[in-house]
Amino acid sequence: MQVFSFSRPLNFMRLKWPAVVLSGLLLLGSVLSFSFNGINWGLDFTGGTVIEAGFAQPADLVAVRQTLDSAGYGDAVVQLFGSSRDVLIRIPLRADVAQAVVGDSVLQALNAQQTEPVSMRRVEFVGPSVGEELKQDGGMAMLVALIGILLYVAMRFEWRLSVGAVVALAHDVILTLGLFSVLQLEFDLTVLAAILALIGYSINDTIVVFDRIRESFRKLRDAGAAEVINTAITSTLNRTVITSLTTVLVLIVLFYLGGALIHGFATALLFGIAVGTYSSIYVASAIAEILGISREDMLPPPPVEQEEQDIRA
Amino acid sequence: MLNKNPLWRYILVSGLLLLALLYALPNLYPEDPALNISARGGAVVTEQQRAVLEQQFDHAGIAAKSMLLTNGRLLVRFNSTEQQLQAHDIANKQLGDGYITALNLAPATPDWLSAIGATPMKLGLDLRGGVHFLLAVDINAALDKTLNDLVPTLRSQLRDAGIRYRSIEADTAAGRVQLVLRTADDVVTAKALIAKQDLGLLLTQGRDDLSLQLSLTEQRVKDIRDYALEQNISIIRNRINDIGVAEPLVQRQGADRIVVQLPGVQDTAQAKEILGATASLEFRLVDTDGDMAAALAGRVPPGSALFYSRDGRPLLLEQRIMLTGDHISNAAAGYDEYSRPQVLIKLDAKGGAMLSQASKDAVGRRMASVFTEYTPGSEVGADGNRILVKRQEVINDATITTRLGHDFAITGISTPAETQNLATLLRAGALIAPVQIIEERSIGPSLGQENIELGLTAIGWGMAAVLLFMALYYKAFGMVANLALVANLVLMVGVMSMIPGATLTLPGMAGIVLTVGMAVDANVLIFERIREELAEGRSVQQAIHLGYDRAFATIADSNITTLLVALVLFGIGTGPVKGFAVTLGIGILTSIFTAVVGTRLMVNLIWGGRRLQSLPV
Repeated sequence: MQVFSFSRPLNFMRLKWPAVVLSGLLLLGSVLSFSFNGINWGLDFTGGTVIEAGFAQPADLVAVRQTLDSAGYGDAVVQLFGSSRDVLIRIPLRADVAQAVVGDSVLQALNAQQTEPVSMRRVEFVGPSVGEELKQDGGMAMLVALIGILLYVAMRFEWRLSVGAVVALAHDVILTLGLFSVLQLEFDLTVLAAILALIGYSINDTIVVFDRIRESFRKLRDAGAAEVINTAITSTLNRTVITSLTTVLVLIVLFYLGGALIHGFATALLFGIAVGTYSSIYVASAIAEILGISREDMLPPPPVEQEEQDIRA
Repeated sequence: MLNKNPLWRYILVSGLLLLALLYALPNLYPEDPALNISARGGAVVTEQQRAVLEQQFDHAGIAAKSMLLTNGRLLVRFNSTEQQLQAHDIANKQLGDGYITALNLAPATPDWLSAIGATPMKLGLDLRGGVHFLLAVDINAALDKTLNDLVPTLRSQLRDAGIRYRSIEADTAAGRVQLVLRTADDVVTAKALIAKQDLGLLLTQGRDDLSLQLSLTEQRVKDIRDYALEQNISIIRNRINDIGVAEPLVQRQGADRIVVQLPGVQDTAQAKEILGATASLEFRLVDTDGDMAAALAGRVPPGSALFYSRDGRPLLLEQRIMLTGDHISNAAAGYDEYSRPQVLIKLDAKGGAMLSQASKDAVGRRMASVFTEYTPGSEVGADGNRILVKRQEVINDATITTRLGHDFAITGISTPAETQNLATLLRAGALIAPVQIIEERSIGPSLGQENIELGLTAIGWGMAAVLLFMALYYKAFGMVANLALVANLVLMVGVMSMIPGATLTLPGMAGIVLTVGMAVDANVLIFERIREELAEGRSVQQAIHLGYDRAFATIADSNITTLLVALVLFGIGTGPVKGFAVTLGIGILTSIFTAVVGTRLMVNLIWGGRRLQSLPV
């Protein structure tokens, strides 16, 4: 069984300019969304308290809100989490109460109202300084990862490909962030991890294509750059599709069966892998072609004359 | 041409897989809810107490799975968490304050596996439940105190050296001490004097010729920070050991943070009290004239108070306090010139002066160190939390041999271990930098269990989906890849169980699921390559050989970059995310091994030694 079997290379590069325009528009849309909608930063980044309380009966959110209101937590956001018995309560950072005790006092207030005890499933408190640091560290991590990849690809391949790879990665990251911004999905620490994993996945994809581009340049002596790139993408297309498919399969499983805490993680990766597969074909390769990659850049360096070393004393 | 591998390769690879399987095995045995019972202050749990407890448990209808007494510690295993909690209350009531009963999950690894050092994977708090705290140590408080203490020290030194000064004052906001002298000559001599002292000070010119600015050198600041962190860590450790938490983690993180993880602890309010509880220390003279018998009968002489030492010895102490512990700037265990164990105590300037004054007429008398701490007792208050009990005990009493000053030593302690303990307690009573909770994550036990189940379900279904797909798409070769995928999972679990620092978290389980999806990539690359080589008209054996060789460069390149990302994640991540980075990184390495080395051996074994016209790929 084979998904695709082509007698001759598909002309991917014919669509490079429309692809550049499409990517440009999507990037612009994402950036615009950042500036207007912003990102719905989760507790890990904003600081504050999140309490997940388990009720014995399906919870009455209105009553919970009233209880919290009278306990002095009028600014709490109350919602169901996963099931009708799990309630997630978010309380922003406040100056007036000792932060670390908010979780305990909320649970006490809830328990005082309920006939059956409310169980503590999860309490998370993050101080203001921690969240700010995490944002900086997270941004730093993405930068370090991108620079590391830039250097590695430049060393192993060629600078034009390296630029293409990193632009493609930045493209994937920005579009995924854009999705979270447009849909106002919560961006927490697991999403950050997903985006870094996405960088790993997407570069994987790109390098497979690049490897074949390098090989094809050496094999097809008379072909132009566009033709070589088309050949390379066509011959790796099967692999690209199958690997994306198996990865998407497990991510769908994770999305539906992984539980509420993993939802953001799975969403980011599902979207990111779709974008990443497209970008390793169109963004990375197209940029390398636009930058003018040629056969000469890809030839192995002339063998260095190695002097025979005499190891016998 | 045929593709064959020497026998030793098969032996080596299957040996490695068997080893991984062996170390992965303990994860199949569920953990028992258990109680860890130990005695405070170096005492032991006796066989008799074990028997009494067993009787009590029987009486309450709790059948313990086992009650094992080793090295004076008792480990009781139960069949259910309810029994464990019930037994916890019984044991607490029976044994009282002198014993620590900690809730624990004891691994049920069979003996033959424990014997080779195989243990189950460490589970993160998000999977086993418990509390995680991140504490920030207020280093500025410690720095301010150092600067403020510097003023009287300098004052007395300048006075002793006969140097007259206009003013000395600490400017804590700017982080320096301002010294104004009277003449230019004095400036020179004062500079020389201070430089000679080696106090870790940086001397700079002040606003005019006659003023000097003293600030702490970077090294000194670092020392103070390290000391403050260490002090806090040892105090927190002591307290946590005291309330009984199995496998607590108290660890420094970065410059001024401390991570505290208490697996299994539900009562976060109590945990917070412990972290915030205060300890204090004071020195008092022993009242040797008072009538001890009368005091024990309740008639304590006026001006004195009755105290007890750690081993229960009664002592009459003067009510007047010679010195409080906050003047201690350091206490270290060491040896005197006859290599007998001793504790060296350094006081700040004010403390030195106070003690010097107080001990002037007390040479030959005994001085006691009294340690006061508030710890949660066995009584439960109206709010459901344990009531804090004031515990006061004499940790040491020794004869004053000379008039004491800034530095003095307590000798006559029998063992080095005891001096270490005393030094820790002395330091604990002189906490210089308070801590603040800046992050808290508590996971209830039910959620932890649910998370494990969710993770396992996701791994199971993810695996099933990929296995099915590969078998359908690549037929026989797909089955080879599937075997490699299963071997990869075993290897991952085995390696994770072997590495002591690796912790499995919920994102870590997501990482395993993701690895399952991505690990087949190497095989897809190889198989597609073999198909291509076949399509180009190469012979079957050549196609296998070239397929593996040519795909390998690509596999290596693409995985090295992913590994790079895993490293970055590990570097910045905390807790759960670090767990994700660990599984991702290990998964990449093991998947290259199984997908490239493992499948090649299998493919060569099945198809490599025969002349074939086509391949089932």
